[in-house]
Amino acid sequence: MAETVKSVISRNMWKDNQVLRQILGICSSLAVTNLMTNSLVMGIGLTFTTALSSLTLSAMRNLIPHRIRMIVQTLIIAAYVILVDIFLKAYVPDISKQLGPYVGLIITNCIIMGRAEAFAQKNPPFLSFLDGLFAGLGYTTVLLIISFIRELLGFGTLFGFNVNFIGFETWTIMVMPPAAFFIIGTLIWISSNLLAKSGKKKG
Amino acid sequence: MTVVEISPLIIFFASIITSNMILTNFLGMCSYLSISSEFKTASGLGKAVTLVLVITTVINHLAYRYVIVPLKLEYLQYIVFIIVIAALVQIIEMAMDRFLPDLHAKLGIFLPLITVNCAILGVTLFMVIRSYNFIQSLVFGLGSGLGWWLAIAALAAIREKMAKTKLPKGLEGPGIAFIITGIMALAFIGFSGIFTIQ
Repeated sequence: MAETVKSVISRNMWKDNQVLRQILGICSSLAVTNLMTNSLVMGIGLTFTTALSSLTLSAMRNLIPHRIRMIVQTLIIAAYVILVDIFLKAYVPDISKQLGPYVGLIITNCIIMGRAEAFAQKNPPFLSFLDGLFAGLGYTTVLLIISFIRELLGFGTLFGFNVNFIGFETWTIMVMPPAAFFIIGTLIWISSNLLAKSGKKKG
Repeated sequence: MTVVEISPLIIFFASIITSNMILTNFLGMCSYLSISSEFKTASGLGKAVTLVLVITTVINHLAYRYVIVPLKLEYLQYIVFIIVIAALVQIIEMAMDRFLPDLHAKLGIFLPLITVNCAILGVTLFMVIRSYNFIQSLVFGLGSGLGWWLAIAALAAIREKMAKTKLPKGLEGPGIAFIITGIMALAFIGFSGIFTIQ
């Protein structure tokens, strides 16, 4: 099945969005979404890793023996994650501390492995790079939506700026883990309804 | 760091309940959601995760303390941990096949899945960040495993009970699983007055 640039973009951003449709990469998308800044940094880190590891793996796809490809993939992904980690520690140490283990956990993020297995194995480097890039951007978008809701209702701020002009009582529950589960459950519900509707119109 | 003084007993109970790997740290969600429609399978996976967690946390603790720190290889820690986890899972599987074939028949299929379970790497990274000592790491691994097992078994039991319930369209499958998990997390957080480790 040949994919064009356009189909890669629309598939990753909406139709098969990694978080909402494929239910992948949930761990980090729930843990870092209490602040928008953290979500943005995490999203950029993951997009960088997915795009470059897809590119590398696709370029090497004919060289890697089939039987040991899992460990090769893991090591390549780990190398990029180390780059992200060192970069964050050097330039934004505060955020790096808040993200804690979740930066390292990009290695076991199912999105990257999923893209490497499902797409980069069979497609040329440039397309794989785009595929990884947009899979990461789709993930970042969902993260930003979740954290927008959580930060606005939980702290009354957006990206750390106070937007709580009317003296709204903030909801502590939004900062705590259960809210993340409720919000992502609801988002999955909304998105699958929207998708079912748009599918009906076309078909 | 002051965390070193926390008693192992507190770490043990806190990692089962208030710092539950799934419900407060969101680790191991992928397998938690996909392998939770049947109680028996979910419980089997929980057992396997607990076993692997205890062993890998202890070995990674030793590897960090006696190999990575003396050689100043902190920037390679992710690679070391991942290799240790992958190798240990392989060894556990082979040893089980040889010495405990009954157990292997039950848990064997889950073992390869566990390598990519983020709870395993996550527990190791938390252990390093909070600089636990040997005993603390051991109970932290054990407690996290038991907590993970408890959460996945509870979710699977609930999902089994409500398999025939009518749900709004679009909410079936993962959607409702998240909502259930959210309610479970609320209940677990209720304990946080008793003991917390974060």
